[in-house]
Amino acid sequence: MEIDNEELEIEPDYKIKLEEQELYASILAKGMYIGLLVLFITFIVYVSGAVDPCLPMGTLSQYWSMNVADYLQASGCPGGWGWIMMVGRGDLLNFIGIAILAGLTIVCYIAIVPVLIKKKDKIYVVIALLEVLVLCLAASGLISGGH
Amino acid sequence: MGKFGNAVLLGLLLIAPVAGPLQAGGAAGSMAPAADGAPWWIWPLILFVVTFVMGVVAVLAGVGGGVLFVPIISGFFPFHLDFVRATGLLVALSGALAAGPGLLKTRLASLRLALPVALIASTCAIVGAMIGLALPTHVVQICLGTTILGICVLMFVAKKSTIPDVPQADTLSRTLKIYGVYREESTGQIIEWKIHRTPLGLCLFTIIGVMAGMFGLGAGWANVPVLNLVMGAPLKTSVATSKFLLSITDTSAAWIYMNRGCVIPLMVVPSLVGIMLGSFVGVRLLRISKPTIIRWMVILVLAFAGFKAVHKGITSINSVEQPHHAMSEASALVDHL
Repeated sequence: MEIDNEELEIEPDYKIKLEEQELYASILAKGMYIGLLVLFITFIVYVSGAVDPCLPMGTLSQYWSMNVADYLQASGCPGGWGWIMMVGRGDLLNFIGIAILAGLTIVCYIAIVPVLIKKKDKIYVVIALLEVLVLCLAASGLISGGH
Repeated sequence: MGKFGNAVLLGLLLIAPVAGPLQAGGAAGSMAPAADGAPWWIWPLILFVVTFVMGVVAVLAGVGGGVLFVPIISGFFPFHLDFVRATGLLVALSGALAAGPGLLKTRLASLRLALPVALIASTCAIVGAMIGLALPTHVVQICLGTTILGICVLMFVAKKSTIPDVPQADTLSRTLKIYGVYREESTGQIIEWKIHRTPLGLCLFTIIGVMAGMFGLGAGWANVPVLNLVMGAPLKTSVATSKFLLSITDTSAAWIYMNRGCVIPLMVVPSLVGIMLGSFVGVRLLRISKPTIIRWMVILVLAFAGFKAVHKGITSINSVEQPHHAMSEASALVDHL
């Protein structure tokens, strides 16, 4: 259904403060820098050989042409959140940075929920909470595909 | 930059296909170990160089790095498609996370527009990732190749509208209060915008989400036309919101691939750094390059990669079927004897 512009209570104003957008941007910026920094540091630790990896770098080329199921079986590397239990290994150390980057959006969404509640923006509160639920479900490892 | 500069860029872009013969006999889907005898650092180094070039070219051609990464790396490198898709998603995700804060702060990206779209796209991306991981590799290869060829057609024919005419906002966008305002830096003009055809746009994002998750392509190539041409958001808002949207859509799919075990840090980090550094250089080259020529080059390379993916998928079907034929013939021979 189309409606007339006159019926809209749209008053776009460049000076209007978009609190939730600014908060989201601020957390995203900080988290992104932290995530990338952690990823680069852990990668340097990994390739320097300072910490023993789960899978020696020299043998990786034997595995990366396999599909993931065969790779996990042949290499003995953990799937899912199993890396946390072996995070002391050089290659699995890199998952900390990757997890920070992949988890950042969830943090941003959780952070803007109170702002949306304060603004009584009920629809967007529901949308934000549903998104948190969807992303947490994806991150949980409860659902996954497989060959 | 002139013809020489463009030729150099084309040459660099074609480094990826040149890497093909270097493959360690590791066709995607192959169960056999790909022991190539090369030092372990060779492949990450080649990956870094190629993704650096991709980052440069992606900016100049106005496409996302993810859409170049998956077809080219899966087509010409020994890595299995499972790892390439996961890396492609993480590359696109990192690029979106890096660009997101700036786009939100300048109000070029709209959180109000992105949130409802992201909920649908990210949910569907999970479904897409699960489908992509469940299907046989050769089927995904063929679908990927077909999609890449479709993207080439889309890049060839798609029009853009800087500020689309939206005479009336629809009920849903009014309810969700999706409208905005940003400053056009080139003219200093304040642009006010609203959208229409929101239900249709949201429906299209279900398909985009599934494809993003299934192929790990990122989805800027589809997001922008839908936001701009279907929903009527200004081009700058569409491009910026699309880029920000990837940080949410790709997150959900990336978790599925990560939990499945598809992340190899030695592939992810060089690719991520390569694309990011390449993007920085690309932005600087943008002032002196001829984007139209670069865009044509990208379409050609993508078309080549698309055909290669389809060919690879079909070849894999034959190699899967061949053992059955051989077994049947062997059984027939035994019976005959």
